[in-house]
Formats: sequence, structure tokens, C-alpha cells
Amino acid sequence: MSKISRRRFMQISGSLVAAGAIPGAGLLTKSSFAAEPIKLGLLHSLTGTIAIAEAALVEAEKMAIDEINAAGGVLGRMIDPVVADGASDWPTFAEKTKQLLQRDKVAAIVGCYTSASRKAVLPVLKQSKGLLYYPTYYEGQEEDKHVIYTSQEATQSVISAIEWMAKQQGKTFFLVGSDYIYPRTCNKIAKPTVARLGGKVVGEEYAPLGHTEFSSIINKIKAAKPDWIYSTVVGGSNVAFYKQLKAAGLDGGKQKLLSTVVSENEIDGIGKENAVGYYACMGYFQSIKSPENEKFVKAIKAKYGQDRVVGDPMECAYNSVYLWKMAVEKAKSFDVDKVTAASSGIEFSAPEGKVTVHKTNHHVSKKVRIGRARADGQFDIVHESGVIEPNPFPKL
Amino acid sequence: MTFRRGNQAPRRKAVIPAAISIEETFVTFGIFVMQLFNGLSLFTILLLMALGLAIVFGLMGVINMAHGEIMAMGAYTTYLTASFIEHHLPGLMGVYLFIAILLAFAVTFAFGYVLERGFIRWFYHRPLDTLLATWGLSLILQQTYRSVFGAQEVSVPLTTWLSGAWEPTETIQLPLNRIFIVALTILVTLGVWYILHKTRWGLRARAVTQNRAMSSAVGIDTNRVDALIFALGSGLAGIAGSVFTMVGSTNPGTGQLYIVDSFIVVVFGGVASLLGTAASSFLIAQMQTALEYLMSGSMAKVAILLLVITVLYFRPNGLFASKVRA
Repeated sequence: MSKISRRRFMQISGSLVAAGAIPGAGLLTKSSFAAEPIKLGLLHSLTGTIAIAEAALVEAEKMAIDEINAAGGVLGRMIDPVVADGASDWPTFAEKTKQLLQRDKVAAIVGCYTSASRKAVLPVLKQSKGLLYYPTYYEGQEEDKHVIYTSQEATQSVISAIEWMAKQQGKTFFLVGSDYIYPRTCNKIAKPTVARLGGKVVGEEYAPLGHTEFSSIINKIKAAKPDWIYSTVVGGSNVAFYKQLKAAGLDGGKQKLLSTVVSENEIDGIGKENAVGYYACMGYFQSIKSPENEKFVKAIKAKYGQDRVVGDPMECAYNSVYLWKMAVEKAKSFDVDKVTAASSGIEFSAPEGKVTVHKTNHHVSKKVRIGRARADGQFDIVHESGVIEPNPFPKL
Repeated sequence: MTFRRGNQAPRRKAVIPAAISIEETFVTFGIFVMQLFNGLSLFTILLLMALGLAIVFGLMGVINMAHGEIMAMGAYTTYLTASFIEHHLPGLMGVYLFIAILLAFAVTFAFGYVLERGFIRWFYHRPLDTLLATWGLSLILQQTYRSVFGAQEVSVPLTTWLSGAWEPTETIQLPLNRIFIVALTILVTLGVWYILHKTRWGLRARAVTQNRAMSSAVGIDTNRVDALIFALGSGLAGIAGSVFTMVGSTNPGTGQLYIVDSFIVVVFGGVASLLGTAASSFLIAQMQTALEYLMSGSMAKVAILLLVITVLYFRPNGLFASKVRA
């Protein structure tokens, strides 16, 4: 019948507390020093009408994340992608952004494709102090401190494209676009550029989004006989436009056409035989010859199948993840303000060559290229610009 | 006439002959002919698109929001047929389109039959519920296409003999694929007219639409007639979808591009009237092409919609309102 003395009691309970505390202490150490993954949001439309263009971007982003993780992660932590579906619906984009930032606590988001979805997300980014990497070419006219724009804005592609076209034979231009902000802004930039180069705009036409009947516009083109068609027709309309141009006898052999929205991905749907001979102006083409690009294309094909083609937005999506990673490493922190500040001036050797985040305006300096579509759906690069500084608010 | 005007006249005369050379006149004439042809072509496209809907909506009163997705089903059937023939029977590539059209009709006809038996018939006499249910169905179908075929566009190869244009003169080019669509639509429309007005089955179908109870009393199997009408409407949508792969795009959302136009044509023409559907397609198509040439595409659309609204305001049952009890 031994009575437990007070001292003995203290000893036992003390050691129990200590024993309990040790695993706790272990956990504490682990969470603060070892690699708990850091979350990165990937927000694109996987369903709905815009999924046509956006679904492939997620694949490119995931590939970049896998590569970074295989090389040891970022600041010693693995990246854990959190994929959210914006469902081609702008309020859903805003709602998912809120979820990503507040519930999932992602460090940054790579996402959006249409300008409408980006605009919907801006207030949420501001409210919850988020950071968005926007990987699509777009019309410019925006500079938000919560967004890094990693593709070419309109002046970067449109001005170089028009300058190049004007150097070729003929200086009359016919502008065709879908009826929304991107084509209208591009043409607003194109018109003074054409005038400056001594050319002439002989027609400007807009078709409603999703329009599939281009016969009247094609007749207007035939009547105006332009040297160049500059096209900003997007989406499914593009397929109809190219098919009907060809049927009307204005194929790539007879009529020169340049688009700033048709990448290899679009040609897949348009049909290679309908796009042969037409030009496109992009920052990236799959046919770029460089060790970085060959490695990139090979990796995409190995991961997603030999038939996959890579277009400009996919490459910019891939770059976005790296630009974020480099900014985090430069800032030595995942804090949004610090990462944003560190982003300025960051250089990445992308598959398309060097891209540099601008010192102040959150866009990137990059080269653009002009390619001519081949029978196999790839582009022959016929022109490469110098490095072009971004200028989202051009004086026109 | 004042002295001043008379004085100006010779100056104008000097300008005009220089501006319009003989060559220019030929070009203008060529464009005029091509515009007329475009109107005709758009007419047949709209008619083909609306024909199935006119039957389903007109004869049965079912508002089928998934009509466009059934067209997309026809388009995807065409794509599958093309891919299959390209890889396994390349010798048949020249005529694959005919096989694809028949297959598209068969697939969508069967789908329509099953759909009516298993789904639509539970919603008769509940028009608003039908609207919601078929809209839901259209979303389900779209997402199915997206999961099966991918979100990207698929490209359907154009048969070689249908690419290119017929050039009666140097300034006139009429795309062969459009001539083909014109011919096919005429054939299909005549076929539908024949089925509905010259066969016993058509007689029964019309009887059921006019008076269901009486038709049932004289021994017509109204359920079967319903299912077949719906299947026929779907089959026609399938043909339309198959043919449109030649001029338009094929992606999971393709159906959405056609559904609004189809409804406008059917409602504008007057429900339950094939003639009305034809007349309304013709009117809308000619106006659209003419206005598109004179103004912009978006403005043409606005003008057409204004016209439709005005006409429906004064003739709520459409251009050709039939006096049928729906």
C-alpha cells in the first residue's frame, strides 16, 4: 500500500507532460522548418465555352510545377497546385479567386484567359491581397498592382506585325475582327500605325462573337482587294472564317492574311489545310529553334502525348509559374507585397527566349515573331523582332 | 434648275466615267451576284437548321433547348466517321460525307427516339419545365462532348471535290460546298414535305397534332407518333450538324451558335408551318446578307432582331400563323 508522495506525483506528471510535449515539439519544428508544400492556385475554365482555349494552359502550368518540384521546390518547399474551374463564367472566376485566397490560402494564382474574367477577379485580388499571373495576350489598357501580365499586350504584337506587313509588297489593309474589346483595341492601334507607314486601311469589319457566316465580309474583302487582311477574329468564328475564305478562293496562296490570335492550338481546330500560307504574329511558336524550346516541347509531348501542339498562351502559362518562383526566391518570402516588389526586372530564359518583367508596369519585355503556317500545322518563322518594351497605355 | 447647278454638271461628268471603268463594272456585278448567292446559301443553312426544330416545336409544341447539341452530335458523328475512314478506308474519302450524313441522321434519330421515350414525354403539358429540363440536358451534352472529344475544336476534313469554287466568269466565284448545301437542303425539305403530306404516317402525325384525343379514339398510337416525330426532328438536326462542319466549327459549344437563330426562324415564320419556316429563313437570310454588306455584321443582326420584334408585335403567331389547335 504505497502512498504516492507529492514528490513522486510531481515526477510522474512532469515526465508525462514532457513526453506529451516532445512529439508536439517535433511537429512544431517540422511545420516551421521542413517542407510543408506551398499552394499555388491555377484558375482557368475547364468547362464551358472558353475551355476550348484555357484547358491546355493548366497542363502547361502543372508541368512547370512538376519541374520545379523535381528540382527541389521553391525556398525548399514543394509547390502544391490547387486547380479551380472558372467555368467560362465571370462571377464564378471571382468566387473561385476568393476561395483560393481565403480558404486554400494560395501564395499566388496563375490564371484567367479572357479579359472579362480578369476584370471580374481584380476586386477580389485587391480585397484579399492576392497576386495573379495573367498568361494571355490581351488588349492592354490595364496595369493593376495585383497582376503580372506575362504575355504580349496589344502594342507589342500589333505594331510589329503592321510594320512587318508594310515592309512586304503592298500597303493596303483590311481589318477584320470579332466584335469585342480585343479586336477593336488592336485595330485602334493598327490604324494610326498603318497611316504612319504610308499605308491605307481599305476596310474595317467586325463580326459578332461566335458568328459563323462570313460570306458578306469576304465579298467586301474581294471588292476592296487589300494587299493584307489583318485578322483578330477569335474562337469558333475563326474556323468558319478560314474555311469560307478558302472556299471563296482567297486561300493562303492568293491572299495574304495575318492574325494576332491564331496559334498552333487554334490551327488544330481550323484544320491545317485551311490555314496553310496565312501568317500569325506571336511571342512564341513551337518551331522556335533553341535548346530551351526543344526541351520544353519534348517535355510537353512526353507528358501529354506526341500529338500535342504547343501554342503561345501555353508557353506564357508555363513561364508564369517560373516568373513567380524566381520572384519568390529573390524576395526570400511568399509575401505578396514582397514578391510583387521583387518581380520588377526579373529575367527568365523561357522557351521563346529571354523575357523580362518590366521595372514598373507589371508587363514583360519580349520579342515577337511572325510565322507562316505550313501544311503540318506548324509555322515557318519569317521574322523576329528585337526585344519590345511593353506599353499598355499607348498614345494614339 | 438654277444656273449654278447647270454649271456644275460638266465637272461631275468628267469624274464619273473615270471612276467606273468596264472592269470595275464587272467586279461590282460579280459581287452583286455573289451576294445574291450568299443570301441563297444562308437561306438554305437557316432552313436546314430550323427544319428539325420546326417539326419538334411546331408539331409537338416541345421547346427543345438541346436542339443545338443534337446538331453538334451530328457534327461529331461526321468527325468520327471522317477519322475512321481516313485511317481505315482511305479509298472512300471522296464520298465519306454521304456516309457521314446518313450516319449522323441515324445516330441522332435513334437518340431522339430514346430521348422522347425516356425523358421528353414526361414533360408534356409543362412547357416551362420542358424548357428547363432540355436546357439542363444541353449542358450535360456539352460537357459530355468536352470530356469525350476535348475542349478544343476538332477539324473535319473537307472532301477535295467540294473545296474550291465554281467560276462561271472571272469575277464570280461560288463556293462548291455552299452549292452542295443548297442542293441538299432542297432535297431534305422536299423529303420532309413528302413525308408529312403524302404518306400515311405523315397523315397520322398531322392528325395527332390537330386533335390528340380524337386521333387516339380512331386507333392511332399517339405515343409512337410522338416518339417518331421527335426522332425525325432530331435526325434533321443531325443532318444539319453534319453538313455545317463544312462551313463552321466543331466544338462542344457549337450547338449554342445555332440554337438562337433556329428559334428566331421558327417563331418568326409561324409555329406549325413548314412554309412559314421556309419563308422566314428566306427573308432573314436575304436581309442579313444585304444588310451585312451595307453595314457591319453586328448592326445587321440588330436590324434583323428589330424587324422580328416588330413583326411579332403585330403578328404574335408569326408570319404564317396556321389555325391549328396546338
